[in-house]
Order: sequence, then C-alpha cells, then structure tokens
Amino acid sequence: MKLDRVLQYSQAYNFYQWVFRRHGPEPGVVFLAQRRVYILPTRHGFTFGLALILMLIGSINYNLSLGYVLTFLLAGLGVVSILHTFRNLVHLYVSPGRVSPVFAGEIARFQIVFENRSDFERHSLDLVCGAARARVDVPAHRHRTAELGIKTEKRGSLPLARVTIDTRFPLGLMRAWSYVQPDMRALVYPRPDTAPLPIPEVDSDTGDAVSMNVGTDDFAGLRPYQPSDSPRHVAWKASARSEALLTKFFAGRASAELWFDWDALPPSMGVEARLSRLARWVTLAEERGLRYGLRLPGTTISAGEGFQHRERCLRELALYHG
Amino acid sequence: MAEPKATESLPKLPLATLIAACALAVVSHAQWLPLWVSAAAGALLLWRSVIAIGVGALPSRWVLVALTLALTVGVFLSYRTILGRDPGVTLLVMLLFLKLLETRVLRDTFVAAFLVYFVALANFFYSQSIPIAGLMLATVTVATAALVGFSAPRRSLVDNFNTAGRMLVQAGPVMLLLFILFPRVQGPLWGLPQDAYLGMTGLSDTMSPGAISALSLSDAIAFRVRFETATPPRGQLYWRGPVMTDFDGTTWRVGLPQLRREMRVDVSGPPIDYEVTLEPHNRNWMFALEMPTRLPPSARLTSDYLAISLTPIRTRIRYEMSSSPQFQARSGATPDDLAAALRLPAGVNPRARELAREWRATLPDDPAIVRRAIEFFRGNGFEYTLQPPPLGRNSVDEFLFGTKQGFCEHFASSFVFLMRAAGVPARVVTGYQGGDTNPVDGYMVVRQADAHAWAEVWLQDGGWTRVDPTAAVIPVRVELGLTAAAPAGMPLLMRNGFSWLRSLRNNWDALTNRWNQWVLGYSPERQLEVLSRLGMKQPSWESMTLILFWSVGGVLLLVAAWLLRGMRREDAVQRAWLRFCEKLARAGLERAKTEGPLDYAGRAAHRFPASEAAVRAITEIYVDQRYGPGSDAASLDRLKHLVREFAP
Repeated sequence: MKLDRVLQYSQAYNFYQWVFRRHGPEPGVVFLAQRRVYILPTRHGFTFGLALILMLIGSINYNLSLGYVLTFLLAGLGVVSILHTFRNLVHLYVSPGRVSPVFAGEIARFQIVFENRSDFERHSLDLVCGAARARVDVPAHRHRTAELGIKTEKRGSLPLARVTIDTRFPLGLMRAWSYVQPDMRALVYPRPDTAPLPIPEVDSDTGDAVSMNVGTDDFAGLRPYQPSDSPRHVAWKASARSEALLTKFFAGRASAELWFDWDALPPSMGVEARLSRLARWVTLAEERGLRYGLRLPGTTISAGEGFQHRERCLRELALYHG
Repeated sequence: MAEPKATESLPKLPLATLIAACALAVVSHAQWLPLWVSAAAGALLLWRSVIAIGVGALPSRWVLVALTLALTVGVFLSYRTILGRDPGVTLLVMLLFLKLLETRVLRDTFVAAFLVYFVALANFFYSQSIPIAGLMLATVTVATAALVGFSAPRRSLVDNFNTAGRMLVQAGPVMLLLFILFPRVQGPLWGLPQDAYLGMTGLSDTMSPGAISALSLSDAIAFRVRFETATPPRGQLYWRGPVMTDFDGTTWRVGLPQLRREMRVDVSGPPIDYEVTLEPHNRNWMFALEMPTRLPPSARLTSDYLAISLTPIRTRIRYEMSSSPQFQARSGATPDDLAAALRLPAGVNPRARELAREWRATLPDDPAIVRRAIEFFRGNGFEYTLQPPPLGRNSVDEFLFGTKQGFCEHFASSFVFLMRAAGVPARVVTGYQGGDTNPVDGYMVVRQADAHAWAEVWLQDGGWTRVDPTAAVIPVRVELGLTAAAPAGMPLLMRNGFSWLRSLRNNWDALTNRWNQWVLGYSPERQLEVLSRLGMKQPSWESMTLILFWSVGGVLLLVAAWLLRGMRREDAVQRAWLRFCEKLARAGLERAKTEGPLDYAGRAAHRFPASEAAVRAITEIYVDQRYGPGSDAASLDRLKHLVREFAP
C-alpha cells in the first residue's frame, strides 16, 4: 500500500504505466499534474552538457577563473531551464473541444482546449498525434484551442488517439511532455462516389411519381452544371454566351419525395459501395433542396429535408453495421 | 520525440539576436587577432546580416568549403602552424562565423549559440579583467535570449531578454556555489601549447641600454604588496630581481643561478612581514624586499640573494615573505664569484679604465673608491632622462664623458664598470624601486614603471653592499619616484597633478585588486582557506561534493518554489474528495468515469453499510462546498477531518 503511493510519485513508474498499459480515453477535463509530466534533455541539451564539460576541462587546464565562472553560470542556466520547461507544461487543464463530422478521406479537425489557470503564460506547446501537429500558446488565465487535423480513411466513429503534448521552452535544452487522450470521436461519413441522382421511380406506398425534375413550374435561375443534371435542363443558349455549362434551376411546390433504398441498389454492389452511393445521393438531394428518405436494412428514416435531416441520414450511413 | 521539422526560414528577430551575440563574443578578440582575421570576421558578419534582412541567399556548401579552406590556409600563413592557442582561437572565431553562414534550420542555431559560449570563454585566455567579464556576461545574455527566441518565435524581443535575464539571475546562486565549492584542481592537466604565455611583460634576464626605460613607460602592474607590519620608507623599497654579473660591453646578463643550502644573511632590527601578489611574467624569479629572510615554501634563494620559484610564474600567485632592511650579505663570495664580479670585456671603454686606475692608485681602500665614484656621478652634470641619446661601442666612455644623459641602467652599468676596472668586485641588480600605496584598500602597487637597476659592491667589512648611483645623481628618483624625477614623456595618468584622475584610478585599482584576489586568485589553496574559515575542518573533495550537492539542491528548491508560486492547485475541497474516492477505490469500489458524486455515494453507502453515515456526511459537505454558492473554512476542516478518519 505504502509502496504503491510512493511509486505513484515516481516518474519512471508513471511513465511505464502510460506507455505499456492499455490506456483508454479520459473523459472530462484532464489536469496535467506533476506526476504525469515527464522531462528529459533534448539532443541539444546533451550537446550543451558536452560543451560544458569541454569548457570545464579548458578552464582547469589554463587555470581560467573566469572560465570556471562562465562554465558554472551556464551549468546553472541548464539546471534552471529544467524547472522552467517543466513549469511551462505542468498544471494545465486539457479538455476536448469540438470536432465536426467529415467524409472519409477528408481531414478531421479535433479541437483541444487548453486552460491556463496560472499567473504566467505557457509558450510553444507542441501537440503531436500521429502525423498531425499543432502549436499553441496559452496566456495566463486564458483558454486557447489547438486543432489537430487527422486524415480519415474509413467511415465510422474515429476516436482521437493518444496525444503527446510537449514543450521545449525556454532554451530548447529540455523537453517536457505529457500524454493525454481526451474522449473525442469524429464522425466519419462514407466517402461519396460520383454517381448522379437516381431516375424517378414510382413509390410503392403512395403511388405518386417521384419527379426528378425539381419542380418544373417556376424557373428560378441558372446555376453551374453538375454531372447529375439532366441534359434537358441545360440552358444551352445561356451556356453558349458563358464559358461554362449552366443548368436551369426551378423551385417548385410540386417537388416530391425521393427515396434512397439500400435494397433497390444493384445486387452486385458491396456494402461500402452501397453506403458510398447512398451518401452521395443524400448530399446531392440536400444540395438541391429535395425531400428525401433513407431505407437501410433494419432502419428507415422517413423523408425530410434540411441540415439536421442530412446529418441524421449520414450518421446512419457512417455507423451502419451490416 | 521527432524534432518538428524546420524547413521554413528561421524567425528574424531571434536570428538577429544570435548575430548580435556573435558580434559581442568576437569584438574584444579584435585586440589580439591578426588584422585580416578581424576584417574577414567583420565581412562575414555583415554578409550574414544582409542575408538575414532578406537580401541574397545563404552561400552554397561549395562556397563554404572553399571559404573554410582559404581561411585555414590564411591562419597557417599568419602563424606558421594551426596548432597552439592563438591559431586555435582564430580558427574557433572563423568556425563561428562560417557556422553562422550556414545556419538554416533550428539545429544550426544551437550549434552557433554553443560556439558563442566557446568564443566567450576563449576571451579569458587573453584577459580576465572586469570589463571583459562584463562584456562576456552581456554576450551570454544575448545568446541565451536568442535561444529563448527560437523556442518561442512569436514573443517580443523584450520578453525574450527578460526571460534570459531572469534565468541567468536564477542561475547565479548555482554558479556561486559551484565556484566556491567545486573541488579545484591545479592545472594544467597536460602540456600547454608553446604560445600559451606570450605577451607577459616584466624584467628580463639581460639588460642592455634602453631596456628598463622602455619598461618604465608601461603602466602595467608588476605586483601588489600588503604589509603586515608598518610600511617601510620609500628609500628602503628595493625589490630585488635578477642579478647581472656578465658584461660583454653592451649587454649585462645573469650568471648561472646557483642554489645553495646555506645562505648567510646577518640581520639586525625587526623584520618586515608582507604578502606579495605577483602578476604572471613567465620567469622564475619572485620579488622580495632586500634582504629576504623568510621565504614561501615553494621558493628558493640563489647565491645572489634572488628568490626564485621552481617553475615559471604563469598565473597570478600570492606569497608571504619577511625581509630585513638592515643586513650584511656575505654569501656568493667564493673566489670564483669574486673573480666573475671583476671580469671585464677587453679593449672597450679605455677612458673609464684609465679613470678607475687613477682612483685605485690614489685612494687608500675600496670604500673610498666607491665614495669617489659617487662624487664623480654627483659632480659632473649628469642628467636623468627617459630618452637618452643612443650609444656606440664604447658605451660607458660615451656616457661618462660625452652624452651624460641616461636612465638608471646607464648609471648602474657605468658604475659597475668603473668599480670592476678599479678592482672592486661589483654587479648590477635589477628589480623595482618604490611603489604607490593605494589609499582605497591599503595595498601597495608596484608597476613596471617602477623598474630600476642599481649596483652592488663587495666590501670586506659589509659584504655585498647596495650602491644606487641613480639615487646619487637624482635623489628624488628614490625619494619620490620616477614621476617626479622625469615627468616629461610619462603617460598622462602617471604624471602628478591629475589628482581626480589618480583617485579614480586608485578606486579602480582597488576594485581590480579585490577581483584579482577573490575571483581570479581563487586557487585550490584559497579554496581550502575559505572553506576552513566557513567552518569545514578538513575539506576533502568528498565532503565538498556532498555539501555542493545539498546546497545546490536547496537553491534549486528555492528557485522552483519561486517559479511555481503562480500555480493554482486543485482546491482543497476537491483534493479531500479525491482522497475519499481513492480510499473507496482501494477498498474495491472504484468510481466510474462518468459517475457523479451522489450516485457514487449511493453505491458506497450500499456497499459499506457500516460507514454509511460518514459517506453521506462527506458527500453532503463536498457537494455543498463544490457546487453550492459559497464555501467556508469550517466545513472544509470538517470535510478533511471526516476523510482522514474514513475507513471503509
């Protein structure tokens, strides 16, 4: 029992705990207590030590009193820099910030909030998580947010891996670091493919014709051509005058519901391909202001529109389990 | 642990600071570096500064290699070697500037900053004066501020200097402890290069006309003296240096120094005790008042009463001595010695020989001849000057009967020549005469300007007897010093009549002396002396290291406490609560990560029914104090107490 308590204050023990034991994410605010801040000299710190030894030998050999003074002053500087570097990191409060959903292949931006409740500024804190890096300064009694951009590959829920926070301030001779793993997950939507919106189908429930035409009643304007636009709506005359293809754009009350159905996709498509296709359709439909619904095995999201609806559909696709 | 890759160009402000540090480190080297090296260093510095403000690009590797080769060849041509201290320092300076020219990424800035520290240290080979120390402190501060700047590029210059200054102040006590307590070893650890001791001034082992007058123009300090007993009158202040016996017509040389076991000095009257702090002069002799009776352990007395050290004096040393002004010196008077003291080169100075023969023929004994010679010098209109006309082959004749203008070495040389020609054994003694007491700290300062030459004659009754022909001609030289005797041509500060300048110089000298005694002269012996005065009975390097360890540790704790004073810890309520949770966890009930205090307390009360009351009480106070509107000390105390007593 006693030994355990003593060990808790030993850097090596804590370091071992962090590095070699499975460590889950920590919820809430993480306080960087003394015992989870580690410190070691950098490569330059070792070079500095070597330089001091050479200077000491020179001072002894030539009986240079001021050589001793200079060497000892620099040695003192090196030792004091340990305290300064340690102080620059210890007793910070780290908490998870926002992370917006992204499509697979895009970069998820994890925001990590640092709070400095001390009376002095913290300089040049470097965050490293895999290939992602960020740097942040936190003034006294202030919050600052650092953003780690992590490249996503697969759809699903991407947890933030262990983040190393380190600092070499003020002299670069010492490196103090700590590990944190805030409980943060980025929602990664399936990567949309490049298919156009599906041809209107007869909805089995209502018997209405689902109009591909976004209401052909009122001509509302022109917008740049998108690959899925019907050639019938291309404004050929206007396009001839402009440099790019333009599509006629209608806003009609007669727009109907579009249903994206997992089972209606060709049987040859795999799970991920289907999800990609559906994600594509959801984004396209939302862009055009259509009403759409999503039908997955086991789940049905009734037709709707708007940002919330889109998020709901995409979340369902992202977290889909066969 | 990967280094953040610094492909972007370096931040401008810290880079400018680093360049300034390089300039500061090198500026005082300009005094001793060859002119072309200073010029090249200046050009490289200018080049790098221009690049730093965005004009042009850093030179390619090939240009740097070519520059390095060219500069190394230049150093070799200047010194005829690239080994040794001076070429080494020159190459170090070159290296610093070449490194500066290839400073592209963060790593290079560290190397450059460390080189600045080395170059700063190299300054101390040449001078360890207070101004140089101040300059190097400034250099270190600027270099450190540059390092701070590179590690936090967005900060302002003032902030960086502030941080660097603070860190140096905090490093100060550590430096002081290390300086006092670090076990000192007397260097050198190995042979030093040949040129390590160039440029030390002082008396030489030869004396030709003009040698001492050249030395007289130097304001440099030869040694300092602190008298334990009363300061003797100026007329007794003859500091004995090398004794010259061999004469070739123009130059006097010291004979072979001989160490004898038994040196006879018959003294009368109380001795004078004093401590000498001798500046290094790269010769063996140590200066003592005539005649030394007690020597420091490391010194020996030669047969001509010269105190010598067994090794050349290459660092400032301190030693204690006793002398007696009333003495009879009878050693060094074997027949061989006396014969050597009568030897003269053949065929020169016929008129002087003729005069001496005449004295021998007409006067009854040796003392009478000596008196007659003194009268001769006193009565024939001799003039004491720092700029005597040059003399030819028959130098003594020309001086005695022609120019009649001379400095002390002319008088001493001619007098000894006359004595030898008259058959009285005689020799030339060089050394220093006089010295100024600094009213600020009471130390007597003897400068190179006090260098003097006088004569010694062997008399049957009195032994070797001092005769100072210069004093006979110009008594004021001995009574008041050189400045009074030959005011024209002396450096401004050494002339009389500038009293405020002199007092300024006295203060500065006193400060320098204290610096020399306590900082530069902190030798292994002085360290032992200081430590035993501080109460360490038998300081060994083990005990010194132990004390060093604890005292540095203590200082660092203080610094850490000072640095961390601005920390806000978790508040006491939270700490007590966490301790409570810890106790429960050890009893097997761990709090779930997302579990609130009330839920957890509910579980705890259920699990440990015996301590239910305590759990409820603790949780109630905790929730009230933490989430309630206010907090009070009484509740906190009660919480702490409950948690302390709590045992599930």
